[in-house]
Amino acid sequence: MSSVPTPIEGRGQPSAARPPARKGGASVWRRAWSNRAVYLFILPGFLWYVVFHYLPILGNVIAWKDYSVFTGIQASPWVGWQNFADIFSDPAFRIALTNTLQIELLQLVFAFPVPLALALLLNSLVGERLKRTVQSVVYLPHFLSWVIVIAMWQQIFGGDGFMNQLLLNQGFERVSIMNNPDIFKPLVVLQSIWKDAGWGTIIFLAALTKIDVQLYEAAAMDGAGGWRRLVNITLPGIRPVIVLLLILRLGSMLSVGFEQYFLQRGAVGADAAEVLDTFVYFRGVVNGDWSFAAAVGLVRAIVGAILIFAANWFAKRFFDEGIF
Amino acid sequence: MATSVDRNAPMATAGNPRRRLPFTGSRRPSSRPPWMERPPLWLLVLKGIALAFIVAAMVLPFFHIFAVSLSSYADVLGGGLVLFPRNPTLEAYRAIFNGGIVVRALQISIGLTLIGTLAQMVFTTTMAWGLSRPNVPGTRAILFIVLGALLISPGIIPSYLLIKELGLLDSYSALILPGLISSFNLIIIRQFFMNLPGELIDSAKIDGASEFQIFWHIALPLSKAVLAVVALFYAVAIWNSFFNAILYLQDATKWPIQLVLRQYVLQGSDIAAAADASSNQPLPPARTLQMAIVVVATVPILIVYPFLQKYFTRGVLTGAIKG
Repeated sequence: MSSVPTPIEGRGQPSAARPPARKGGASVWRRAWSNRAVYLFILPGFLWYVVFHYLPILGNVIAWKDYSVFTGIQASPWVGWQNFADIFSDPAFRIALTNTLQIELLQLVFAFPVPLALALLLNSLVGERLKRTVQSVVYLPHFLSWVIVIAMWQQIFGGDGFMNQLLLNQGFERVSIMNNPDIFKPLVVLQSIWKDAGWGTIIFLAALTKIDVQLYEAAAMDGAGGWRRLVNITLPGIRPVIVLLLILRLGSMLSVGFEQYFLQRGAVGADAAEVLDTFVYFRGVVNGDWSFAAAVGLVRAIVGAILIFAANWFAKRFFDEGIF
Repeated sequence: MATSVDRNAPMATAGNPRRRLPFTGSRRPSSRPPWMERPPLWLLVLKGIALAFIVAAMVLPFFHIFAVSLSSYADVLGGGLVLFPRNPTLEAYRAIFNGGIVVRALQISIGLTLIGTLAQMVFTTTMAWGLSRPNVPGTRAILFIVLGALLISPGIIPSYLLIKELGLLDSYSALILPGLISSFNLIIIRQFFMNLPGELIDSAKIDGASEFQIFWHIALPLSKAVLAVVALFYAVAIWNSFFNAILYLQDATKWPIQLVLRQYVLQGSDIAAAADASSNQPLPPARTLQMAIVVVATVPILIVYPFLQKYFTRGVLTGAIKG
């Protein structure tokens, strides 16, 4: 749940860091000993990663057990692959999976291009101050919590919110938006766009500044108009970033998020709002079906990892880009 | 040069008196590169409309929420108010600040944010410093552990079991410990540390400074900008954090502001309990109280936002991302 933008180019940094400089024969152990103070700096964080990030992964063993809070992890009986076999015959799981995939597809088609378009619009603004001002405004909602965002939407589009009051005052019927299961999926996409499209531009804008201005200049000299320059210089110039973001997007295809759906699940019902994250939470933590929920979470994580590697392979093969 | 006015029209920024310059027709003659032709009028109009729509869609909800929180009973009943309450009153704020659940939740959230951010900065900067030192055997492997955490997450159920096994359910530590280090922030700070001038560090070493002294007296002071922005990101994340609290806290008296906000605004729990129930005065309308809670939860973000924004538009972060 980090709040800073997606780690697009975490790559490159580890290798750039350490030139393989072997100082004349000093053994690894000697170098380690002379840097012992450095290890003290690393130690607390290292322990944290082990305990809070990697150790819990072992807890997934309960997916092969019949875990209950009373017997504990050790004493719970093994049940083999039963929990995994149950996943696909579970009707509620099927609903959650369908919802997740549908929402992700809608996000990909409608929400993914918006930051790109917005970045191009911002980039085309000549006045620096106007650009800055618009940027400040569009980044802001990203820093609000989903609770606040949903509360604001509720106040504006809710049953007795601003919009409906306006409609009633004008003699129209009330329209149901925030608690209408039929339009819930487009609604969450719109909410996501409102909250994060502005923030999403930051990575595109950074990439846009990296494009060599001379290319534009030369193209303009040769008579290429604004549209030609956009298609032939700008878009190819930021293609790497677009591909990288797409890879990450595909890799996280099975996790559309938790809070946005959890918060609105009550208003529209589980059939419309249940996604895999909320499914795991309600099945496991709320209903106490721990082992089954862990199995679902595990399958989701593994499929997610496979997806990201597959997308990366695909991007490397066909676009010559990749994150690892 | 009739077009000069047109092409500036959608871009006019408030409070900047327009100076006409000959030939360029622009307020800032250098802003449009000489090779760039002037876009056609229809495109400018289209852009202006798009920008106006985007900005309005982002800004107006804030004004509306704020206006409702200031409204009197008659205003709310009358409905249809947009941006300005007819009879502004601070009743709602008075009611929620009189004590009660909202005040307690705010105190909890402020405390969590301060302590949590401090702990996160301590863990993140020390580890980042350690991993930024050259020629230290084993740091690459540890870096892979850090980066791997970006790809692999433990999952809801195992995380819950860990907190349970550690006996941290219903404790504030459960809200801070699981998110103590963000790999992403760590990489940003490490990147910054690696770019510090090596001669400075070497000469300090020759003068006999210890690793800690170098870290404390050289590295940290030179990295103030990036540390500030990372700390702000951490602080905003804790202030906004919802998931850990809903997962680990059963005890509603320990809830931070985001959970209280959900309870009273989204779930519509009886708002009277949120305000001071002991006073005999009639409470402001529920809607007004709800929006006042939203405003109170939003204001800290709005306060730190200009600082955040100052840094990330300057490219502190994007520079680090691009490596």
